[in-house]
Amino acid sequence: MAPARRVAQAFQMHGVRTSDVLIVGGGVVGASLAYGMRGRGLRIDVLDGGDGDIRAARANFGLVWVQSKGHDMPAYARWTRESAELWAGFAEELAEATATPLRLRQTGGLSWCLGEAEFEARRAELLRWHNQRADDGAEVVLLERSDVERLLPGVRLGADVTGASFCASDGECDPLALLKALHLAMAREGITLHRETKALAVTHRGGVFRVDAERGAYEAPRLVLAAGLGSAALAPMVGLPSLLRPERGQILVTERIAPFLPFAGDTIRQTADGTVMIGATHEDVGLDLGVTEEAGAALARHAVAVFPGLAKARMVRTWAGLRVLTPDGNPLYAESVSCPGAALVTCHSGVTLAAAHTLRLAPALLAGPIDEAFAAFGPSRFASQAHVSQAA
Amino acid sequence: MELDLAIVGAGPAGLGAAIEAAGLGLSVVVLDEQPAPGGQVHRAIEVRKAAGRLDGEDDRDGAALVAAFRASGAVHWPSVQVWRMDPPAGGAGFRLVATQDGASQVIAAKRVLLAVGALERPAPFPGWTLPGVLTVGAAQILLKSGGNLPAAPLVIAGQGPLPLLFASQLAKAGMVLDLILDTAPAEAWRRALPHLPGALRGWQQLARGLRLMLALRRSPARRVARVREIEALGEHRLEAVRYRTKAGWAQVPATILLVHEGVIPNVQPAMSLGVEHVWDDGQACWRPKLGVDGETSVPGLFIAGDAAGIGGWRVAAIDGRLAGLRAAETLGVSIDAARRSRLRLERRPHAALRPFLDALGRPREELLAPADATVVCRCEMVTAGTVRAAVQAGATGPNEVKIRTRCGMGPCQGRLCGPSLTMLVAEARGVSPAEAGHLRIRPPLKPVTLGDMAGIPLEDRSG
Amino acid sequence: MFRKPPDAPAGVTVFVAGQPVRMAAGESAAAAVLLADLGFSRSHPVDGGARLPYCMMGVCFECLMVIDGAPGRQGCLVPVREGMRIEPMAGLPDLAGAPP
Repeated sequence: MAPARRVAQAFQMHGVRTSDVLIVGGGVVGASLAYGMRGRGLRIDVLDGGDGDIRAARANFGLVWVQSKGHDMPAYARWTRESAELWAGFAEELAEATATPLRLRQTGGLSWCLGEAEFEARRAELLRWHNQRADDGAEVVLLERSDVERLLPGVRLGADVTGASFCASDGECDPLALLKALHLAMAREGITLHRETKALAVTHRGGVFRVDAERGAYEAPRLVLAAGLGSAALAPMVGLPSLLRPERGQILVTERIAPFLPFAGDTIRQTADGTVMIGATHEDVGLDLGVTEEAGAALARHAVAVFPGLAKARMVRTWAGLRVLTPDGNPLYAESVSCPGAALVTCHSGVTLAAAHTLRLAPALLAGPIDEAFAAFGPSRFASQAHVSQAA
Repeated sequence: MELDLAIVGAGPAGLGAAIEAAGLGLSVVVLDEQPAPGGQVHRAIEVRKAAGRLDGEDDRDGAALVAAFRASGAVHWPSVQVWRMDPPAGGAGFRLVATQDGASQVIAAKRVLLAVGALERPAPFPGWTLPGVLTVGAAQILLKSGGNLPAAPLVIAGQGPLPLLFASQLAKAGMVLDLILDTAPAEAWRRALPHLPGALRGWQQLARGLRLMLALRRSPARRVARVREIEALGEHRLEAVRYRTKAGWAQVPATILLVHEGVIPNVQPAMSLGVEHVWDDGQACWRPKLGVDGETSVPGLFIAGDAAGIGGWRVAAIDGRLAGLRAAETLGVSIDAARRSRLRLERRPHAALRPFLDALGRPREELLAPADATVVCRCEMVTAGTVRAAVQAGATGPNEVKIRTRCGMGPCQGRLCGPSLTMLVAEARGVSPAEAGHLRIRPPLKPVTLGDMAGIPLEDRSG
Repeated sequence: MFRKPPDAPAGVTVFVAGQPVRMAAGESAAAAVLLADLGFSRSHPVDGGARLPYCMMGVCFECLMVIDGAPGRQGCLVPVREGMRIEPMAGLPDLAGAPP
């Protein structure tokens, strides 16, 4: 605590706090990058918002999810698979360093099919994917109802369940424990997380970035914007694209019930505590974190359609989060041309990509322009798409 | 069909409002969790009246209020839980979703009055989760609704009027208490005395309280004053109670320990509707910010009774009536000004007592800042120390503490740990409770089954 | 834990863990457990410890119990009915495998 207090005093005296790297955003994405930059003798400051701010990292479903990712972008499929493979080692090291179990379970994940039409559509989608780029992503198999029944002995499936796609690389973790562990690890590494310090403006002068925040000003020669939806307003100030939109996802969670679901799932999963999470909606409603009756009913109907026994489970909480979406929904990693040293990192799969962000992207950001290694994730893809759509 | 007024809670405030509003021709429904009207204070009053078991002025007046409600024309919907409320949107009024026996229904209403009462102040202390530890209110409910008496040895710990009242009720039933631990802080009387002249305007109420206190002091129950801390001891159930006074720690055997540290407004439903709340420093609790006659920051939504701020049942009944009148007025019904003035006049002596009782009833500091090892969240078994550690690790408010510790994530949805969370965050951050903030309250206000949420008819829920 | 004096009204019989308990109409299932001196009405899902009703007014959720076969009912809000079967809730409810 003593160094922090000294810094605070210096800050009060000089008004501006200086560091080597300034990361705007202390959610899973910003914290993963900060943690990944540790151990190089750099002074790293992370600016974070307050209790009332919009925070995708605090509304997460907790999946380390591979299947269905990157069907329109092979590089994203590869990147996701790489991160999923790195996750176990990443989790082990982080949990050990912080005495915070992340409750990672990578036993595979189920994506349910209800009705014949959904089953056939899933079959067609997987076939198309398999034929085109089989070696980019992980193996996904389509299970018929009887296969799923064998996978879940003693569990009653709803009459409409026709099957599920299954990917052995899929998994889940406790996303709140992940965030907590990252913050603890940062503190241990001397990385300072400035809370209730929402960034308001960014300027670039003489090779130095200055962030004016709710509580003071911060300067560094390197700047990473990882503020989720908050990046949209800041990015144009340093020549980075502002292409983000929110998508609301509502989630239900039940009381604890006896363990019955040893696999992850993109709509239903059972946590290590025994609670069942049911999610999530995809709604274009702006920055509205409300929870609606219609969405609650739809999610409940889905859960009961898959597992009829859940009709008796009591739902104790609902919440909504806002996904951070780029125009194609895939990650966007951009380096500023007009303001060298500034980068934008954004995605809606911060948990799945946490391992890759820590172990791969963070070092790449420090090494210099990231565009070459991560060209596929750059903003140029949107420019070309715009041309295509205009031509069409 | 859209109702004129939906009232949540059939205690004195809800009944008072229903009587006035229905009397003015409004369509009124009163939704209540309990099977019969009266609220906690007049629980089972109709049954007791029929059995000739009414006891004293409060009982008789309460029974009259319930009878007036029964005759008012307002619809009574008992044994329902309102688990979701939405403010007016898109031209439609309020929407309330309530479940009864596992099947939900939607109620649409132009105006809503929350008369959801109070709850006993959550009082975390070591061992308060042991079987055999209950609140005084719980024991009083057991006595009122079934004549049930707690087993001996019986210890009551707490402060305020309810323990006194309950002890006198036990005495009437022929039961002698083993020990009363008075947890009112030494400085309470000093704080309260300046308010005594004002309180004398409510001398009738005050005299009743004093009579109770005197009766109790004459009773054979042993009474220990200025108790600063209590602990419940036992392996699988309560076996003994330990307590600390200036003289040090002492211990007595006990089968039942009843605790009561005053009451605080039930703010959960109002918070879910986005009503602005303020921190009441004197009473160490949140209460809604209110305008005239129960109007809130949400247009069309009213709050009356103890849910608006603790005032006791007679104030609640009058404030309910005033809110009922105001709700009708906002719907274009003209109100008899004299009637309103009479109610306000009638309210005065009861309300005059309040500053005095409030000053007397402010909880002791030990209660507001429990020791690290003390569980504050009973649902998730989170200790005060864990909450403090989360704040040390950077959590800035109750919502952040919640996601880091699970404090407030259980089925009670923060009702029992919410006030502690605010106080602990304030203490650990060195800010005021108002700045520390409160938990964000979202539906469901009560746990509801997925089958109910999904709208599946009961008979189709196999398994 | 609690006892009913001989002169108290008791017109309804319920069964707590198989044992008959005489109650007054309008009393709650949670009260029945306290009268039956069962020792616990649920085991806590976090620490496994024994719990009994605490607030009796719908706030604390300590009185979750199995009533007529339905787990997780809030006993203090359920009025007793003639012949009602009340069981403590031990461990987590097993719902997913429940037979049709």
